[in-house]
Amino acid sequence: MKAFLLSVLALVVISVGANQILVRMEGAGAIGSTTSVNVRVD
Amino acid sequence: MLRILALISLFWTVALVPAMAQETVDDARAATGGAQTLEDILRRQEGLKIDDSFRSDLTGDPNAAAVPSDQLGTLGGASDPDLWRGLRYNAADVSTQQRGPAATTLIQDGGMWWLSFRRGALLSFGAYLLGGTLLALGLFYLVRGRIRIDGEKTGRSITRFKAFERFGHWLLATSFLILGATGLITLFGRKFLIPVFGPESFSTIAVGSKWVHNNVSWAFIVALVIIFVVWVVHNIPDRTDLRWLAKAGGLFGGEHPPAKKFNAGQKLIFWSVIILGGSIAASGLSLLFPFEFNLFGHTFSTLNSWGVPGWFGADDLPYPLQPQEEMQYAQLWHAIVSFVLLAIIFAHIYLGSVGMEGAFDAMGKGEVEEQWAREHHSIWAEETLGAKQSKEGGA
Repeated sequence: MKAFLLSVLALVVISVGANQILVRMEGAGAIGSTTSVNVRVD
Repeated sequence: MLRILALISLFWTVALVPAMAQETVDDARAATGGAQTLEDILRRQEGLKIDDSFRSDLTGDPNAAAVPSDQLGTLGGASDPDLWRGLRYNAADVSTQQRGPAATTLIQDGGMWWLSFRRGALLSFGAYLLGGTLLALGLFYLVRGRIRIDGEKTGRSITRFKAFERFGHWLLATSFLILGATGLITLFGRKFLIPVFGPESFSTIAVGSKWVHNNVSWAFIVALVIIFVVWVVHNIPDRTDLRWLAKAGGLFGGEHPPAKKFNAGQKLIFWSVIILGGSIAASGLSLLFPFEFNLFGHTFSTLNSWGVPGWFGADDLPYPLQPQEEMQYAQLWHAIVSFVLLAIIFAHIYLGSVGMEGAFDAMGKGEVEEQWAREHHSIWAEETLGAKQSKEGGA
């Protein structure tokens, strides 16, 4: 039971942590958008 | 004389009929003003290929334009339809300010095939596979019942999985089930959830599912690495697996074939998870970072060079692929392999819970009944108990 609860905690930490890292990398322009392809028509 | 007449008629058939057929096609084309014919439409409806050069070649040629002073003369060599055909057949010179890999592909024909497959055959395949698996497991339970511990229970237990092994297993299990559920919502939502919840509510569900799916995927990848590192040594196939498979793991007879820490069935599950899970992770990364990882173009090219499609009497696989096609193939592959792994995991969950007495304890508590271990993993049980006794004796 303890291992299961720890795994759930790890799942939340890894998911939120990965999201924060990706959002910051995206903001810094290191990677493209992971959520959409930006299309602009000028 | 008769022979001469027969030869003449044969010559007529072989030499002149195809020419007449060609003329008929040309006539039909001319009759439609150069557009598609009834035969084209019928072939397309049957899913057959058509020679669409009458359309793809017609992308505007200034030299072929009628002189303005002529009757029905034009002011230029290309009309709007010519331009759209040029975009469709990748013949137009497109320049955009957007510098993305797919920026200059404004019309992509292959997308229609993908779209109809994604909302038709793919959903049917997934529903039949998952539904069929659940039905088969239900029937198996009715026929075979719960697999009980045959011998007398000892009341003693031995450690089956350490805490870190269980942590890795549950991290993989919970992440995979969350990914499966959110993936199914994404795939089936438009067809089944919008009619129930309405578009606005489904939009919230879909956005949430997508966020969860994208981010929980990292936990799945981490867990995949953990279980591979921790268990690969115990999952290398050996001779005991052949004996175990020959007796179907003792599923239908009373005899329990010997097995080490993992029996052949569990090894099959392990390698399915590693290979299919790894493939799902790779295609998922391709989808998560659009156009960055192209998995299919090179694969198709290699398979074509080996002549693999020809082994099955098929045409060469498409190559080169447009950027959007890479994403479409990645999406289909991601979904199909996930369906297969989900079906396998359904069977694993069944056997690890209601299907077998004492099995859940292995992952629930980490300890199993000694008699259960002797019946299902006799070699491992002997080794573990022997090591335990010699340790106690030594102490």
